[in-house]
Amino acid sequence: MKKIKNSLGALTMPLVALGVLLLFNLIRCIVTGSWSFYEISIATDEKGSVLTGNLISIIDSASALVILAMGMTLVTAACGGQDISVGAVGAIAGAFFVIMMHPQKEVQMSTLTSVAWPNVILGVVVAIIAAVIFCLFNGVLVAYFKIQPMIATLILFSCGRSIAYYFLYQALGVGSIKLDDPIIFAIGKTIPGVPIPTSIFVVILVGLLMWLIFKRTNLRLYTQAVGINQKAAQLNGINPVMVKLLSFVMLGVCVAVAAIVKSTSLSTLTTKSLMDSFEMDAILAVAIGANNLGGGKFRLGGSILGAYTIQTLTTTLNAMEVSSDSMKFYKAIVIIVIMVAGSPVVRNWIVSLGNKIKMTTRAARVKEVE
Amino acid sequence: MTTIQPDLRKKKRFERLTDAQLLTIISGTIFVVMYLIAVLSIEEFKKPQVLFDITNYYSYLIIIACALTIVMVGGGINISVGGVICLTCMVCTMFMKDSGIEDPTLLLWATFGVAIAIGAAFGAFQGALISFLEIQPFIITLGGMFLARGLTTILSGGKNVTLPDDNPFAKWMAELEIKIPELGTQRIRKGKVFINPAVLNWVTIIAIAVVVIIYLVMRFTKFGRNTYAIGGNQQSAQMLGINVKQTRFNTYLLSGVLSGLAGFVFMMFNGAGGKTGIGLRFEMDAIAASIIGGTLLSGGVGNVIGSFFGAMILGTLQKIIWFSGLQEAYWQDMANGVMLGIFIVMQSVVLGVRGKGKISLPFAKGKASLEKG
Repeated sequence: MKKIKNSLGALTMPLVALGVLLLFNLIRCIVTGSWSFYEISIATDEKGSVLTGNLISIIDSASALVILAMGMTLVTAACGGQDISVGAVGAIAGAFFVIMMHPQKEVQMSTLTSVAWPNVILGVVVAIIAAVIFCLFNGVLVAYFKIQPMIATLILFSCGRSIAYYFLYQALGVGSIKLDDPIIFAIGKTIPGVPIPTSIFVVILVGLLMWLIFKRTNLRLYTQAVGINQKAAQLNGINPVMVKLLSFVMLGVCVAVAAIVKSTSLSTLTTKSLMDSFEMDAILAVAIGANNLGGGKFRLGGSILGAYTIQTLTTTLNAMEVSSDSMKFYKAIVIIVIMVAGSPVVRNWIVSLGNKIKMTTRAARVKEVE
Repeated sequence: MTTIQPDLRKKKRFERLTDAQLLTIISGTIFVVMYLIAVLSIEEFKKPQVLFDITNYYSYLIIIACALTIVMVGGGINISVGGVICLTCMVCTMFMKDSGIEDPTLLLWATFGVAIAIGAAFGAFQGALISFLEIQPFIITLGGMFLARGLTTILSGGKNVTLPDDNPFAKWMAELEIKIPELGTQRIRKGKVFINPAVLNWVTIIAIAVVVIIYLVMRFTKFGRNTYAIGGNQQSAQMLGINVKQTRFNTYLLSGVLSGLAGFVFMMFNGAGGKTGIGLRFEMDAIAASIIGGTLLSGGVGNVIGSFFGAMILGTLQKIIWFSGLQEAYWQDMANGVMLGIFIVMQSVVLGVRGKGKISLPFAKGKASLEKG
């Protein structure tokens, strides 16, 4: 019981943020009188029946961000900095995914159709390998050369999308490609006969994998030890270089999976805009999840909730018909409010206020007894 | 004895250099070498005008690189500069269009005031949240970036705002250009000599003045020295009686003012008016320029002269790629990335070899060595 209470205590900030957003929508629904935000219905067309509704779309479209936020949390915890190249590496992974899926490489085409399962599996594997290699490049700079993660990943941030474009252009002769195929539809949207979007299963799969890794191995302890005090960790026999590299490998896998989820659900791959500004959202998710951006202790649950919070905010603003460009303004205000509410100064102030109230009520009670 | 002494003195002088000075000297040398190679191998670079083009066009980058350097020396980061430039351009253009002030000189100064006020407001807001509420600077300035970009869209309604063709600023710009005929090109047509003078725009003068002023401020004032102290070791600085929060607030305020100035300079030089797409990735360019110039993100080490060279290196690189015929955008990005990679690794190696910095090379000893500090 105490354990549950402790873990809930650490997740207070993201839970409250998410709760306030949902409450805001509830009030909005009561005021406007239409419950469209909370409605979940089943839409049926020739491709099968699908669950639709804002809540489903939040969980569905947050998938890529959730997966990415998990990887980002690990890197943040181990290295004390963030990888800002994940969007660009995602574009590279997506490019390799499409190149490997392409059945006949001689023919130039702007739409990819009729892919086969072996090619898709090859594409997924190659995409993961490519992303891991590029993330390891960052990892080597961070772990061996001891460069700050943000600086080291600035290299791929500035040229990663160009590398993706170069590969895609050399292989297929296009910079952007449409994906229109039943198999891709099954990966990105829904499997025929299953009403739940596939990406939700992918998130559950990745989450379970992470949970198993941290449950079965000492990686959580090692990562936190390296993040809190590298010197002390090394003196205790932990190899900080290996731990940091491992966190980047796991980030690479997460980036590739997120890129595949995102490109298949959009059914288009544009190297210039795939996972655009995702790095910022992922870092935001980590921060909203009450993880220390300076490294050390981390909670994957917090980052996952943070990612869902960001998507809920986006969907709420969409439902309020705010245009996508001016959405940034409201998003910024909500982010700043969340960060101010979660800042150490404000938190201490609230705690001391609570203590003061407790003291005065106790004093009043003592007086009553007397 | 007399033969050994100069060597010793030389060695001592090398060892006396701080990390920031060494890295600044390296970036300056690389800029000079790079430019000389470009002059020798590319015909276009023989004209002095190319150098002026670089300083004119990248004057905004020089200014925001200074802004980033101040914040990074203080141990923080500011990624809102691109957004602030975008907002400043938009608001200034709208102000010039609709303010109704007839006198061009007055209008110019009023617009300048508006630009500085916007920058200062953003700097003060972010600085207050970061230093007094102790929130992570990355997230707050990310919020600041979103805020500035969102405000730009809301104010303009998502449309681009352009100045009318007869605006007084084209005239201002033309009057304030500094023409240097000695460095220009000569052309002889029909027996007459036409001199095409080299043009140095006033934005360059502003940018260089900013670099000099900020260098003097960081070097000789109490604020500058305090900034180095809090970036190097916050706790020691606090124990020495430095007001850490106020100093940190001031760094963000100053960087905000500089980004407002950069927005003003960008708008005046390009005469482009307000567009919602201005300033994308400027913050990353500025961070890259600061890093190339030898500023460390961990704080306490850095120099605005180095950042000036960093911005010039980035600008020269773009020009070289442009003149060598690789005009696709992706070649420019790749060259930027490679350049940045070389610089970052080189800094790490140089500091590691000196054995003074926080970065040391584990390969040399065959196993992972402990990080200092």
